[in-house]
Formats: sequence, C-alpha cells, structure tokens
Amino acid sequence: MRRLVVVGNGMAGMACVEQILKYQPQFRITVFGDETHVNYNRVMLSSVLAGEKAADEIVINTEEWYRRNEIDLRVGVRVIDVDPRAKTVTGDDGSVTPYDTLLLATGSSAWMPPIEGLDKDGVFAFRTLDDTRELIRRSGPETEAVVIGGGLLGLEAARGLQVQGCKVTVVHLMATLMERQLDKDGGQHLVKTMEGMGIRVLLGRSTKAIRGKKRVERVEFADGEGVDANLVVVAAGIRPNVELGKKAGLTVKRGIVVNDQMETSDPDIFAVGECVEHRGICYGLVAPLYEQGKVLAATITGNRGAEYTGTVQAAKLKIMGVDVFSAGNWDVSGADQIKYEDSGRGVYKKVAVKDGKLAGVILVGDTSDSHRYMDWLRTDADIGDKRGQLLFPPPSADAGLDVAEMSDSATVCGCVGVTKGTIIAAIHERGVNTISQLKESTRACTGCGSCTGLCQDLLRAVAPDFEDEKKKVICACVPFAEDRLREILRSQKLKSVQEVLEIYGNGIGCEICKPALSYMLDMLWCGDHDEDRSARFINDRVHANIQKDGTFSVVPRIRGGVTSPDELRRIADVADKYRVPMVKITGSQRIDLLGIKKADLPKVWADLGMPSGQAYTKGVRMVKTCVGTEFCRFGTQDSTGAGIEMERKFEQLYTPHKVKMATVGCPRNCAEATVKDIGLIGIEGGWQVVVGGAAGKSVRKADLLTTVETTEQALEASELFFQYYRENANYLERTYDFVERLGIEKVRKDTIYAPDAVRAGLRDRFAKSKSRAHDAWLEGQAPTDPTQFAPLQVLDHKVLA
Amino acid sequence: MSEGTRSVRQPDHHWIRVGTCDQIPPRQGRAVAIGDRELAIFNLGDRFFATDNRCPHKGGPLCDGIVTGVSAVCPLHAWKINLADGRVERPQSAEHCVATYAVRVDDGVIAVSVPL
Repeated sequence: MRRLVVVGNGMAGMACVEQILKYQPQFRITVFGDETHVNYNRVMLSSVLAGEKAADEIVINTEEWYRRNEIDLRVGVRVIDVDPRAKTVTGDDGSVTPYDTLLLATGSSAWMPPIEGLDKDGVFAFRTLDDTRELIRRSGPETEAVVIGGGLLGLEAARGLQVQGCKVTVVHLMATLMERQLDKDGGQHLVKTMEGMGIRVLLGRSTKAIRGKKRVERVEFADGEGVDANLVVVAAGIRPNVELGKKAGLTVKRGIVVNDQMETSDPDIFAVGECVEHRGICYGLVAPLYEQGKVLAATITGNRGAEYTGTVQAAKLKIMGVDVFSAGNWDVSGADQIKYEDSGRGVYKKVAVKDGKLAGVILVGDTSDSHRYMDWLRTDADIGDKRGQLLFPPPSADAGLDVAEMSDSATVCGCVGVTKGTIIAAIHERGVNTISQLKESTRACTGCGSCTGLCQDLLRAVAPDFEDEKKKVICACVPFAEDRLREILRSQKLKSVQEVLEIYGNGIGCEICKPALSYMLDMLWCGDHDEDRSARFINDRVHANIQKDGTFSVVPRIRGGVTSPDELRRIADVADKYRVPMVKITGSQRIDLLGIKKADLPKVWADLGMPSGQAYTKGVRMVKTCVGTEFCRFGTQDSTGAGIEMERKFEQLYTPHKVKMATVGCPRNCAEATVKDIGLIGIEGGWQVVVGGAAGKSVRKADLLTTVETTEQALEASELFFQYYRENANYLERTYDFVERLGIEKVRKDTIYAPDAVRAGLRDRFAKSKSRAHDAWLEGQAPTDPTQFAPLQVLDHKVLA
Repeated sequence: MSEGTRSVRQPDHHWIRVGTCDQIPPRQGRAVAIGDRELAIFNLGDRFFATDNRCPHKGGPLCDGIVTGVSAVCPLHAWKINLADGRVERPQSAEHCVATYAVRVDDGVIAVSVPL
C-alpha cells in the first residue's frame, strides 16, 4: 500500500479523502491537522457563534470515522516543511513522515490588512472553532464589538456577536456591503436590514489603527474618527495558505496552481480546496471544494478522465431572518438586467440575462427561489421562453409542486453536488427517512446547509416515514429552539420579555412566544424576573379561566380534595351573592364557579377566603387523592395526607404546561395516579413514584420513576422530576410528551440517579422558586394596576372641540 | 392634541373621554361601556386605538387579547384583529371587520369618537 499524507484536516481535505475511500483501497492514509479537533464544518461556525448550533453539532467526521477507515489522524500538529526529493513532511512536533503521495489541503487564513495594533489583546480573526469559542467567551452586554469587513463572514460574525449580547459596529472599506456579491441597490437593502437588527454599519471607512494599552480600547479610521471597542474581529478576506507549496517547489501564484485534473507541477503532490488556484481563480466557498475533491480522487487513484472545469460561484448569507443570495456574474457586460424592488418588504431581485441564458442573480429579502436560478446557471439552461417569469415562478398549485417540478438531474445540494435523483434513490433504496440519515447516506446538506429546506420537502414528498427532526423554534418572532434560547437568556441575564424580543427577536412578539418567554424567564430566575402582564394570556393577567362568553371561572384550592363545612358554606354564599350561573364539581375533586364577571373576581376571592386553585394556568393544578389508610379498608398508605402535603409543596408554581398529580393508597388506583403527570402509588411498605401519565387528549400510562420507602423520599423524587421538567421541557409540552421524548431512562439518570451536585442544584432552584411564589389571588387586594379587573369608566359625555 | 389614530372629527360623531393614559398599561387593552356599546381601548405605547370589544368570530372580548404589533389576538380562538383598521388578519379567509374609532389624547386623557 502506498502512503498518502494529507496536510489539512479541514472540509476540503476530508471531503477529498472520503472520495478517495470510495475507490479500491490503495493508500495508507495519514492526516495532519493543526487544530486540535476532528474535522468540522467551518461554514457553520457562524451558526455556532449565533447560538444556533453547538460545537459538537458541526462535526463532520467523528473519531470513529477515522478509526473505521484506518486513518492515522494527527491533530494539533502543524506541518512546517516538505522535502519533495526525500518525499517527507516535517511536523512542528519534530516528526518526519514519509509519503508516496502528498495531498495539500492547507486551506486559507484570515487576511490581516495593514492596521496598526493588530497584536492587542481582544483582536480576533473568525476562522476556527477556537476563535469562535473565544469570541463567545468574551461576548456580553458590556462588550462593544467592532467587525472590520462587511463581507459574508464579517456580517455573519456581526450578527453572531450581537446575539451573544454585544453592541456591534461593522466597519467596511467599500461603499456597499458584500460588494463582491451585491450591487449597490442590493447592498443598500442589506444595510437597512442589518441596521434594523440593531447592528451599526459604517461604510467607506478605512481602519488605520487599533488603539489601547494592552487591550483594545478604540478602533481608529484613516479620516481621524473612530469607535470605542473592547473586541475586534478582523474579517477582511482570506489568503490561500501556500507556504508548503512553495517549500515543495510547486508552481504558486496566488494559490497553488492546479490543472483540470487537479495536478500540481509535481506528479506526486496534489492540492485541493482554498489553497489552490484553478484557471486563475482561488475559491473561498464550499461547493468548489467538493467538486475538486471528486476529480482529485479520480486522478490520484489512477482513474484519470474526470476533469474539473470550474464552479459557478454562489453565496448565501447565513443569518437567520436575513436572506441574501448571489450567484454567477450579474455584472457581465452586454447582459440585460431585470429588476424588482419592494422597499417596504425589503425585497430586491436582480437577474442578468445574456444570450438567452442566465448570467447571474442577486436576491435580497427573499431567496426562496435560489435553487431555480442555481439550476439554470449550473446547467447553462436556455431560459428564453421563461423571460416573462424570471423574477417570480408561475404560481404552483401546492407547495410540494416546487420539488416535484425539478428534474432528476437537478442539483439539490450545490456544495456536495447531490442531485434530486440521487436523493430519491437513497430514499427508495436505502430507506432514508430523516435529514440526518440523508446526510449520512448522500452527504447532501453537509455543506452550507442552505438546501435543508429543499431536502426536507423532498423527504416529505417521497419518504414514506418522513420524520421532521428540525429543531422547533418557538415562533418566527424569536427564531431559536427553546433549549438554545434558555441558554442565551441565562447567560445574557435577560429578565424581561420585551428585552428578549428586542435583542433576539423581531421586537414585537406574538401570542405564541410572549407567554413562552414569560414562563421561561420566571423559571430561569426562579421568580425574580421582570414580570410583564402584557406578555401573558388573559387567564394569567386576572388569575381565572376565560369562558366562551368572556366571563371567568373560579376554582379555589381544595388540597387533596378535602374540604370542610365552613368552606362549602362560603362557596355556597358566594354562588348566591354573585348569582353564579353554574357550580360544578370538577374532575379534579374541586368546585368550579362558572360565569363570574372580571370585575367581580377580587370580591369573589375575598368572600371565598381560599387561595387560588390555579385551574386557569400552565402551572400546578392539584393533587387528587383517595381516602387511603384514613378510612379505606384496603389502603396501605396515608394517601390523603401525602396528597395534601404534596399539593402544599408544589402549589403556586408555574410549569411548561399544566401539572396534575394524584396519590393513591393502594394499586386499585382510585384517584387515577397512573394517568397523572406525577403520581404516588402506595404499596405495602412504600410508594411507587410514576411520571408522564395522561388521560386527556392523549392517554398514557405513567412510567415508574422509582420505588421508595417513605413519603418524604417519594416527595423528594417528585421534586427532582418536577424541577427537571420545569427546566428542560419546551413550553406547552406536557410531561407525557416530555418523558416520551427523553425516555424514562434518561429522566432517571438526570434526576434520581444524577450526581449529588446535580440533584442539589435542582432542589436549590426549586426551593428558590418556591420561596418567591405566592397565592395569585392576593392581587385581588393589591392589583398590579388600577384597571387589572375593573373596566374603564366614561368620564363625561362632554363634546370636545 | 396628539397620539391619536385618526383625530379628524366626523360631523355625526362626538368625543367621549374614557380615562387617562396611565390607566392602561403598555401593550394592553381595557374595556369601556359607552351607552349600549362596549369598546376596547388599547395602549400601544406611542399610540392608542379603539375598536368594538367583540371579536367578529364568536364575540370574544378583544380587550383581553395579547397585543402583537398593531394587532390584538382574541383570547377565545386566536383570531387576529388589526387595531388600526379593524381588519381580520387571521384567519385570512375571514371577510369580517371590527369597527374602529378615532382616538385622541389631550393632557393624558383619552377620548374616543363615537357616533351620536
């Protein structure tokens, strides 16, 4: 076997190795990577910075992959020399490694413009996972960040830093943002969008110096002005890493020169990716690397014939909510230009057509059509007959038609070069049903990720058991998955809904996200958040359940369903006094007074003299009990006493969705503990604690969390589960969906079997929340505002001028 | 005078004073009865709006809805009503409309213009 040494553990190198592995094994492969990680998707670093993805989610090839393919991976070793005569490479760890064939995939580095003071503490490039981690570490509300460079990477960095809480200014040398991808009009729309998000954009500024003692304090421009900063990201462009190519004596211009077979000037040395120059072009995007890798793999394994003839350049800005796409050459001379602009919606489209073919396209604000244009560019399609529909496709009857209309040879994933036909084949022949299976099977979607929507459409249309595994965001107003958002709110110490919406959302919010955020903040800060009733559903503004006629229902707390003659008399008196249209025994062993006017609520509560039963909210409802050992001849445990104690313990707290509980004294289960969110089932000598049961829209038998001896232990286990559910479930996710989603094994591992410190943490936060909780009906005597319950009154009928 | 939605006085309407700005917390609505009519008055921070307090769907109290932008979402079945023009924004197929009323604010007092 020949020895293949690959210098560079990045996307290009490993994509190429993957292609090489498809041929007959003929190499013993060694890979050098100067970063200390396995191969990851560099394109997705901006998603990591923006909190949309975790670092481990962007790994492409796991350690297991290297092992399985018997690749000797040397991470953290930088190759510093090549000896083409001895055919060896030298690492900075002193190692000398011989090769038969050498593949240079050294990529590129951030280009550092001639600016004084780049060595100050607080100046970063944005190229690696380590850079990204350090940027996140240094970000926060106190951070004033300046991004030098208004290209793709600079803008993605800017938004990421802003999401991490920084105040961000983008400084760009040119007169428009992304001038390589956008014309002036497109650039202006983008400026407006970025500024609308709260990112300051300074155009036409040449940065002269970075000032500060040891740390960055200020960025100074050539015109004498400047901005204060304590974090600077330089994203002014990239430069191919060609040093090894030069040391190996290869022909090097801007990049290492390769021909259409991807050969360099040395027959035993090959190069691929951002470090190469092909037909005068050095590519800085992901699609060309894959195409080059395929050709190189054929050449290097002796299967000559494949040719690389260049790639249609396309770029898509990966900022959630900012749609920018550019492809081809929209500036080519002699082309017809077709434009559309809607300044109100921030949509701008420009298409350049030459000789009946698409030459280039710019899309800002609406990129839903980008794959159609890419297809035309890649296939050099004749679009003369589509002239009237270039900016908008003819309306399709249904959403699925779009993918149905694509031909099998049409490219879906431009980065890896996967066609619709390949995906369909994978679905039919390999039983692919999910995006991750599709990634594994075809590698589609593993590049820039912009084809995810299209792949999902295809799966949805073709795969028999399609599972949508896209992480659900709360809603379009705050486009983050809830677990990510919880992390952000916690780390950024945000305490009010409006603040969250302004920094991470559209500044407005809606009836979906506002209650969700309200819950999240209450839970995260254990009740010490800035409560905003405008973000709450009416039930949580007036602590009663709105009915179909706009009146409310009132359910006082009757712990464990045990009441007294006095309480019953007061309830009866209230029903008389306020002419309550219906008094009903609920399924929760409580009494419901229906048809109360909002304005009467405080008086009703005062007359009842009982606390709120929280029957109107996503919170702790009740504990249903049986009579247990008190009276029942079968009872093995005091389920009534335990139930009342349990209700006292959890009442007044809020949860992702309602929480209903029950305690039963024996397995006859009279109070239906096995279909409650948390149930205690008395057995001889102890309790079973069961969780995740339901008998509502869904019916589910609860899972056994644990079996314990004492009531105290049962309540402790319940408490761990309760707080774990509060902290980890999505808003409006009932325990039965939550337990089902995680699996009871994981729930056990994270609660009752968790390390001491973890359990102590859950219990501390529970105790903190409980200490701040109070009976919501106290607001009847001390309203949050004078009109919380009372309507406005006409002051007079005076006719004003 | 300022901050109203439409403050041009219509000849067959008159202005009725219904309360002070600080009686309605930002991004919330409150009901007010004027004769047989019940109106919902909304405080959008920089502007006030007034509509009938009945959702055209099933008569839900719009004043109790969550405000999103210049719309309120009915608490009963989540119909979304534009407060400026009374249009039903969701469901889109609904052809109903909610009556809106001009609002003006003088020295912190809210007045609405209702038909005589």
